[in-house]
Amino acid sequence: MKRKLLGLGLCVAMVMSMFAGCSKDAAETSAGGDKLVVGFAQIGQESGWRDAETASIQFYAGQNLDTIELKFADAQQKQENQIKAIKSFIEMKVDVIGLAPVVETGWDAVFTEAKEAGIPIVLVDRMADVGDDLYSTFIGSDFILEGKNAADEMATLLGGSGKIVELEGTVGASAANDRKTGFDDQIAAQYPDIQILESQTGDFTRSKGKEVMESFLKTYGDEIKGVYAHNDDMMLGAIEAIKEAGFKPGVDIKAVSIDGVKGIFEAMAAGEANVTIECNPLLGPQFFDACAKLKAGEKVDKWIKSDEGIYRQDTAATDLPTRKY
Amino acid sequence: MKKITRITGWQAFWPIMILLGILIFNVIITGGSFLEMKIVDHHLYGRIIDIIRNGSKLMLLSIGLTLVLATGGTDISVGSTMAISGAVACSIISGTLLTGVGGNVFVAILVALLAGAACGAWNGFLVSKIKIQPIVATMILMVAGRGIAQLITRGKIVTVNSDAYYFINGGYIFGLPFPLFIVGFALLLSLLLTKRTAFGLFLEATGCNSNASKFTGIHVSKIKFLVYTCSGILAAIAGLIESAGIKGADCNNAGLMIELDAILAVAIGGTSLNGGRFSIPASIVGAIILQSITTTVYAIGVPPEIIQVIKAVLVIIICLFQSTQFKTAMMNKLRIRKVA
Repeated sequence: MKRKLLGLGLCVAMVMSMFAGCSKDAAETSAGGDKLVVGFAQIGQESGWRDAETASIQFYAGQNLDTIELKFADAQQKQENQIKAIKSFIEMKVDVIGLAPVVETGWDAVFTEAKEAGIPIVLVDRMADVGDDLYSTFIGSDFILEGKNAADEMATLLGGSGKIVELEGTVGASAANDRKTGFDDQIAAQYPDIQILESQTGDFTRSKGKEVMESFLKTYGDEIKGVYAHNDDMMLGAIEAIKEAGFKPGVDIKAVSIDGVKGIFEAMAAGEANVTIECNPLLGPQFFDACAKLKAGEKVDKWIKSDEGIYRQDTAATDLPTRKY
Repeated sequence: MKKITRITGWQAFWPIMILLGILIFNVIITGGSFLEMKIVDHHLYGRIIDIIRNGSKLMLLSIGLTLVLATGGTDISVGSTMAISGAVACSIISGTLLTGVGGNVFVAILVALLAGAACGAWNGFLVSKIKIQPIVATMILMVAGRGIAQLITRGKIVTVNSDAYYFINGGYIFGLPFPLFIVGFALLLSLLLTKRTAFGLFLEATGCNSNASKFTGIHVSKIKFLVYTCSGILAAIAGLIESAGIKGADCNNAGLMIELDAILAVAIGGTSLNGGRFSIPASIVGAIILQSITTTVYAIGVPPEIIQVIKAVLVIIICLFQSTQFKTAMMNKLRIRKVA
């Protein structure tokens, strides 16, 4: 009898707590109603560039604590973690989901889930290979244009002819695919005397960039007149490899990379790198602006482009103190 | 005949044969340039040197993991420990951590090694005292370790500027890369410990039958605690080599997934993952094999999209070579054919 009573008591307590949970949830959503609740699934910290983007988004949210509530998830470079994060954002009923997809493919299912829950998705700095109806807007750079600009800069440095090698980003990432397409197509179309000896992935990281460059140098030696890297961090690794091989980076082997992180400006100021094509990571203001518009039901452009420039060695020393990332 | 079986029966025999096979393949493919060495800036320069230097991290980890696997345990936290050690060392040198020492490189290295030892000791404590399954116990640090490393570096890639620190990876003694000497020293020390003292015997006994060993008077939990600590220290050294190579601590990528490569290296070396008989030199050869595969893939210019597949196929072939069942089955087939 005692046991039964205890069981009944526990049941009642459980049901009560369920109700309590419900009412609490309801209260929370209504409280969040006037605040812009944004879930952001970041890739992780793979490079200085991404750190700057993360900082920009967190800083902007931190400055507007009374109007914005940011739920931030670090996926540590894994797609499954990003998918998990998006699913939990859907459960939390956020207003907008921001995502920097680690790879291009495999997003259809989870994006459809978000769409069914009525939550718009804002892609930040990298595209996902999904239908136009599955995401609301894309904020970021034109990677193909960056690749094209890099090709023009490389051609100027080499005087229109020479042999070069290419360090690609993570296989499957849109930044890697488009920066390669833009660069390779421009070289093939405009500069027939420039030959790309080999192209290999360096996973956007310093240590892989260094390892791959070491191998290129063993295979081609002093044939290599230039190196094009899909991000600055790989270039910083490659510069170490070039120095160890007894060549002068920036002089014997011209160095053109993309992003514009502080480290590459230091290298350019030291004469070890030549050009960086900026890929602006300070997207916080543009991102939250788009989110607010989406929440209010306003229309936004399908592609919001970020402001970017090209930085060369001669101005690197003066630019260096102004670089935020 | 007896001599031949003695040689082929040696644990490191097949791994060395596989390594030779890979090297010969490379030499043929590249037309001899694979083995080419020249002197650049008073040091040796060539692909073989690259294999040794880039593979040094894996070799150190495989020494530690051989000891751990010999006790029947496993340690999947070594990659995270590498990240922690690199983060600690670079933060101290760049002056954001322990500002009192003024970026002293030797203090930085010492503290990083202590951090590695602490990580290993934590694993050892969980496994030997709390009796958590090794894969679960070390998974805790594998997941949390990167978080700890990011806390230390405040989520940034810390770049350092110190020639003394660069020496750990890029330095040369008698024209040979410094990491080679680190590995040599670690190998010598571990061989002395396992071959010249009773420690090696205790280790094998613990791996074969932990309960029986306990009743014969071996301090099983002490042995386990010690091997995990060793593995942590070796991982910390590997972390120093990694971060010195890129002149900075990259917490998210340093040693990412390297624990699996290290376990694979030990397996290729022929040490059973169930514990018991082990061979440290064979594991080192296993590590060199894995690094050679990476270098081979770069040297022959495999398109980046299919690198992982090529590596997987090679590893499967190597594992088949290491399987006694497979070898006897093949031998039997050959024999039947001969008879027919």
